[in-house]
Amino acid sequence: MEKFGIPDPFEGEREAKGFGTVQDQEDDVMMLLRLKDVRKTAKDVKTFQSGAKPGRIVVPSEVSIRDTRQIPFEVDPPLHGKYRSVLEDWFRRPENTDYQQAIAAIIRELLSEVKAKSSVEAVSEFSLKLQSRALTLLLNIPYAEAETWISWGTHVFRSEDSAVDGDKAEILYSYIDRQILKAEESPGEDLYSILLNSEIDGRKFTKEEVRGVMILTFAGGRDTVINAVTNTLAYIASKPQVLPAVKANPAIITTAVEELVRYFSPLTHMGRVVTADTEICEHAVKADSRVSLCWASANRDPNTFENPNEINLERQLNPHVGFGFGIHKCLGATHARQVLRTLLQVLAEDDIKISLLEAKENIEDWGEFQRKVGYDQIHLSFS
Amino acid sequence: MSQIIFITQNQERYELSAESGSLMELAKANRISGIDGDCGGVCSCATCHIHIHPDHFEQLPAASEIELEMLELEDNVSDTSRLACQVKVQDAPEGLIVTVAN
Ligand code: FES
Repeated sequence: MEKFGIPDPFEGEREAKGFGTVQDQEDDVMMLLRLKDVRKTAKDVKTFQSGAKPGRIVVPSEVSIRDTRQIPFEVDPPLHGKYRSVLEDWFRRPENTDYQQAIAAIIRELLSEVKAKSSVEAVSEFSLKLQSRALTLLLNIPYAEAETWISWGTHVFRSEDSAVDGDKAEILYSYIDRQILKAEESPGEDLYSILLNSEIDGRKFTKEEVRGVMILTFAGGRDTVINAVTNTLAYIASKPQVLPAVKANPAIITTAVEELVRYFSPLTHMGRVVTADTEICEHAVKADSRVSLCWASANRDPNTFENPNEINLERQLNPHVGFGFGIHKCLGATHARQVLRTLLQVLAEDDIKISLLEAKENIEDWGEFQRKVGYDQIHLSFS
Repeated sequence: MSQIIFITQNQERYELSAESGSLMELAKANRISGIDGDCGGVCSCATCHIHIHPDHFEQLPAASEIELEMLELEDNVSDTSRLACQVKVQDAPEGLIVTVAN
């Protein structure tokens, strides 16, 4: 049985100086590595803004491929809170029992598909499909629409040869525009229609604002959910005792999912733009430069987490930042948690066995740090 | 069985009772507004921030370092702030009064 692991490439620099530097399109990023610094910086939204030029807080920067502001992610207070309160209830629907049951049904359908094969490339044949089909629930649109998204492949924004691919992004943007037009012509109960009908400051959302929310919903929840699901499967394949333990005590699912999110940290980091000269880790930081909050490194900080490189499914105190921290924490977290909790529950209840056949790791290149975030491909068998 | 009184930001008052679990779980089960408990109680989300009535604060076991560090960065923090997921019902004095912070 191969041991599953996601190494922590940040350990040395986190201890030595607390930050690293990522070069990106002549707009370098100071990457903060310690949990305390990451949390403090995430909270200080005045000095470390998200509402910069659209695409600039993302690393690698998307400034050259989009003008649309992602909402509420690239908006600062006070407007941020207004958007967030409009959206909050909708994005909490995954807590409902019928939503959870619908996810369980999607997973069971997928399992019957993959069990029929002797080898399954799980990124494209399981994780992408689960992510896409579950997204129809979040958007409240017909299930069949998932087939379109599955056909786009695993990377909407990323292609094999360049980190930021404008043509691929265009597929998503023009698709979203068409859906907004459709919802305008015949409104329904879907997220597009709800947004078109939502109000902020006493006026209706503009089409550009609807677009901004939808791009965030699609892009933010794609690679992240796919990596989290794939890593969960790989972990289970390496540890056959996990599912029986979950079955014997389903109450551990909650702590288990938080621990997996901490350990996997599906999103490595997220940037901010500095609004005034300041200092972090005894290091001067200039106004209009970029810093990033490295969730993946913060989640292995030994000053807070005991045995940070071990997965302890019953970790009781787990102040991880896998979904971000502060006002900009992940809007889709309720959905993502429900997908992962239900996945563990169904796999355990149905006595599924997973074996690893072959894998190619997905290693992100952040200059001085090479980080495994998941798999490009992983061949598994399900029984 | 302990009785616990929750007061929300809208001044709604709920008298609840329970035998086990955390104050966060109790509040969620009763849909108390302002307690979301997103992380399920592992001290990661701070969506369960409450203020304990000053008369009762000292009667509870002290908060852990990890909880204090989370509270430090919260809005509306007070001397009697706690995360409801870290307070066990069985440790609560009878008639404990808490105010939801958000
Ligand atoms: S429920 Fe998340 S910190 Fe209490």
